[in-house]
Amino acid sequence: MAFFKVQGIVKFFGGLAAVNGVSFEVKEGEICGLIGPNGSGKTTIFNLINGYFALAKGEIQFQGEKISGLKTHQICQRGVGRTFQVVKPLKRMTVLDNVIASAFLRHHPRSDAVKLAEETIEFCGLTHYKDKIAKSLPIASRKRLEITRALATQPKLILLDETAAGLNPHELEEAIRLIKKIRDSGITIIIVEHIMKVIMTISDHIVAINHGMVIAKGTPAEVVSNPEVIKAYFGEDYRA
Amino acid sequence: MKRPSGPFLLLGLLLILPLMLRDAYYQHLMILVLMWVAIGSGWNLISGFTGQVLFGAAAFFGFGAYTAALLSSKLGVSAWWGLPLGGILSVAIAFPFGWICFRLRGPYFALATLALNEIFRHVATIWESLTDGMIGILVMQTFISKLPYYYVALAIAILSIVTVDLVMRSRWGYYFVSIREDQDAAESMGIDTLYYKMLSLCISAFLIGIAGALYTNYMGFIDPKVVFSLHEISIMAILVGIVGGVGTIYGPLVGAFIMVAVQEIFRTGGFGVLHFIGQSTGWPFMSGVIKYVSEAHVLSFGILVIVVILFLPNGIVGDWSLIRKSLFKSKKPAV
Repeated sequence: MAFFKVQGIVKFFGGLAAVNGVSFEVKEGEICGLIGPNGSGKTTIFNLINGYFALAKGEIQFQGEKISGLKTHQICQRGVGRTFQVVKPLKRMTVLDNVIASAFLRHHPRSDAVKLAEETIEFCGLTHYKDKIAKSLPIASRKRLEITRALATQPKLILLDETAAGLNPHELEEAIRLIKKIRDSGITIIIVEHIMKVIMTISDHIVAINHGMVIAKGTPAEVVSNPEVIKAYFGEDYRA
Repeated sequence: MKRPSGPFLLLGLLLILPLMLRDAYYQHLMILVLMWVAIGSGWNLISGFTGQVLFGAAAFFGFGAYTAALLSSKLGVSAWWGLPLGGILSVAIAFPFGWICFRLRGPYFALATLALNEIFRHVATIWESLTDGMIGILVMQTFISKLPYYYVALAIAILSIVTVDLVMRSRWGYYFVSIREDQDAAESMGIDTLYYKMLSLCISAFLIGIAGALYTNYMGFIDPKVVFSLHEISIMAILVGIVGGVGTIYGPLVGAFIMVAVQEIFRTGGFGVLHFIGQSTGWPFMSGVIKYVSEAHVLSFGILVIVVILFLPNGIVGDWSLIRKSLFKSKKPAV
């Protein structure tokens, strides 16, 4: 039984098949990178896993159970957390309140939720910003807040959508360290990322997609040397 | 919360106020203020804290009012039973309405609540065999003195504020604000947004419905034009919320006081001051001025809202620190 399995999922936007028969599996405890050029359907796949969009065809299984067809909040309750590429902080709440609201999912008395929220904030290195209003944070910290909030729901699988985009080299190092730390704490990760440095250093396994279809799967080294992947990124002329 | 003694001082003041303020007219105004505190708190919970703008508070208000009135006129039961029952039946309306209409977001939901308001107004007008239509329903008042009504209204106002305060400190409160700030983020945090929006609406409807039943008991007469009125109830509820402070616990209290005061100042021509000027000076145009001023109270609401939105976008309670600062600054040069 695969920990997480996507089987032949299809999603149309009007007449366009944004995701067209994508299948892949993720083993427990690994980091799976999802790469592909702009508009290839990576975020759409996240939205399908997350239940934000309904599937046209196919099935998504998590821990042996079908999760496609469930509502977004139910999928989160099953243990799949996500972050948004375009960050969605709860703007007029403090960082702590953002995370407490998440922590309430599995921790009922308020004091328990606050405790978990504070631990998660410390784990992600946001302690410094704890009492700041979320909309006042710089972008790197907002991305971090997205992760913190997702972690506070105590997921078994977390979907990270371009959490390293727009960060400077120093922030990038920190982001990589955080992602590894999340993996080491036993959470399986699927990550969408454009920055090759991030994806190559942390992924155990990469799925490359283009035009909504899987064009390559394998270890980072295998995928980057795959002719289809090079063609998708650089065009015909660079074909190896 | 910084000064926990504040609310208790206020409560003490409100408890003894009618004993000092013996004039029936001012007692009447205070009863209205307290009723508006309940309506404003209800509106604020769903709109201010949960972010789902309720444009049809009168739907629940009128429903509560008619529940109380019909209990008395059709079933011969005391209209006071309308207080709990009006609240409960308003929830019974809010529940299916929310279940259907919370699929709509933002302004579309607001318009749906407006439609609910209008549906009930028309039903109450047309269904004459039940409601006597535009003739309205007369209910015998229980007390001649205003004092009992005042204390009932005060109890309802306290119930509303305490309810909203308790809810907002709980997990529900965090969820409501999360939904207001970003519904998609809230959903992906595992919050069943439909469920919690309905919960918020039901609590609001309960508080507004009770206020409606209080209105019937106190005024002794209702008709569809008054209790389902768009501008006198639904819009007023929004104004109370906005002026006092959207998403603040004590905002509706301040908003209710100001809005009732503004309404009365215009309606009575500055509490009779204009009338007095007209009489003592004998200026013939004063009667015209009085007429226009009393008709301008709706206009004054509009101007007040514009001023509040421009200068105090978070309302008087929400921007209290700002007000204090500017007052302090303007005083300082004088010192």
